[in-house]
Amino acid sequence: MKPHRRQPLYLAFLLHRLSGLGLALFLPFHFYVLSLALDSEAELDGFLHWSQAPLVKLAESGLVFLLAIHLFGGLRLLALENMPWRDAYKNAAALAVAAAFFVACGFLLRAF
Amino acid sequence: MGFMDDSSSSTAPPIAVRVWRGNPDGGSFEAFEVPQQPSQTILDVVTWIQRHADASLSYRFACRVGMCGSCAMMVNGIPRWTCRTHVNKVMRDNSLTIEPLRNLPVIKDLACDMTEFFDKWKQAEGHFQGSATRHEKVAALSPNSPQRRVANAATECINCAICYASCDVVNWNRDYLGPAALNRAWSLQNDERDSGGAARLAAVGGDAGCHQCHSQQGCATYCPNELNPTASIAGLKRMVMKAYVKGGLG
Amino acid sequence: MLELRLYIAQRVSATIIAPLVLIHLGMMIYAIQGGLDAAEILARTRGSWWWAANYGLFVIAVAVHAAIGLRNVLREWLCLRGAVLGAVTWLSFALLLVTGLRAVFAVVMP
Repeated sequence: MKPHRRQPLYLAFLLHRLSGLGLALFLPFHFYVLSLALDSEAELDGFLHWSQAPLVKLAESGLVFLLAIHLFGGLRLLALENMPWRDAYKNAAALAVAAAFFVACGFLLRAF
Repeated sequence: MGFMDDSSSSTAPPIAVRVWRGNPDGGSFEAFEVPQQPSQTILDVVTWIQRHADASLSYRFACRVGMCGSCAMMVNGIPRWTCRTHVNKVMRDNSLTIEPLRNLPVIKDLACDMTEFFDKWKQAEGHFQGSATRHEKVAALSPNSPQRRVANAATECINCAICYASCDVVNWNRDYLGPAALNRAWSLQNDERDSGGAARLAAVGGDAGCHQCHSQQGCATYCPNELNPTASIAGLKRMVMKAYVKGGLG
Repeated sequence: MLELRLYIAQRVSATIIAPLVLIHLGMMIYAIQGGLDAAEILARTRGSWWWAANYGLFVIAVAVHAAIGLRNVLREWLCLRGAVLGAVTWLSFALLLVTGLRAVFAVVMP
């Protein structure tokens, strides 16, 4: 990574952008799976059965992390842009990562 | 021991310095070996090269004491005032890489063309517009009023373009007005004597304006005067939104 | 003023999405225990006006939000411009909206 980018808030930006990209690319697939219910419940069930595999559950936890980090990072940005400036927004970025990790772990623990 | 004493009393090995040489058509790095000196700055290194190794090296400086911002360059990939950057603070494995400021066209070697930087300053209406005449009393401003504090916090910009060089949005969007111009616009918007607010708001709320900022805060990280253009731009975003909602944006 | 309008649409859709995402995250963490079962999921959603409204709004807001976000990435990282950029943005909005509403319909229709 270029030297001038090795600072926390660029990483926060990158995480926000990459998580958004990941979610946007995942969504059509997610919508397709759900719409399997249109044809038959059995088809949806078949897919869900496949998704019991541990690797899939791990991937799902990753997606939960992406959603949570994009949400908490986004809330930080909405605060930063609409409320009076606080230098503590830097800490908020770290807090967002921690909270997202916590949420994803919660999902992972219940998945197994 | 003089500033440019060749006979260094230290036994430190010479510094391996890579300097970007070139012109608008392109260029490459050239290697120099520069003797180490106590309290040596990057500007000292560049000056030594020009005086003792290659007189054709082009670079800019003026005050040498961190007041004018003319000597800004990329040092090991980070934009810095070279007169205020000590070699022993940034040198890695006895080597340095020195390049012209990022995001600006090169004229020659380490001197870049600041035209677009100042053009954007003008596009952002970064100049004070007074409405009083010599016949009015001098404006009575309290330095402690909340608005004056906000204006003062952003006012120390000396146009060195380090924030411009560190901004990735500038890199990705050549039209973007950039942190310095927007920071000045914010300072003026908070100056109660200024009367150019409406035009300025329309300028910074345009397609190349404050809404392009992603709050990466590279500008705030590297500004040697410890300004925070990201905070200023966030303030502009709020001002533009208010004006837009009220229907008062040009 | 296009960029300003897109910025506003992005932030307004984000504000709408935020509580919906919290609901969705909560739902996922609740539902994942014991494995996902089609019958179990659909028993919750089939014929439910509440789920239809919740996820319907979610899909519309996300289609706006994601399309504008994608546009920023395409503009800044892939240097797309003008008509091409506009076309890809509208295409991604349409794709997300249509497939999303179809999915909502699939799970809430009685």
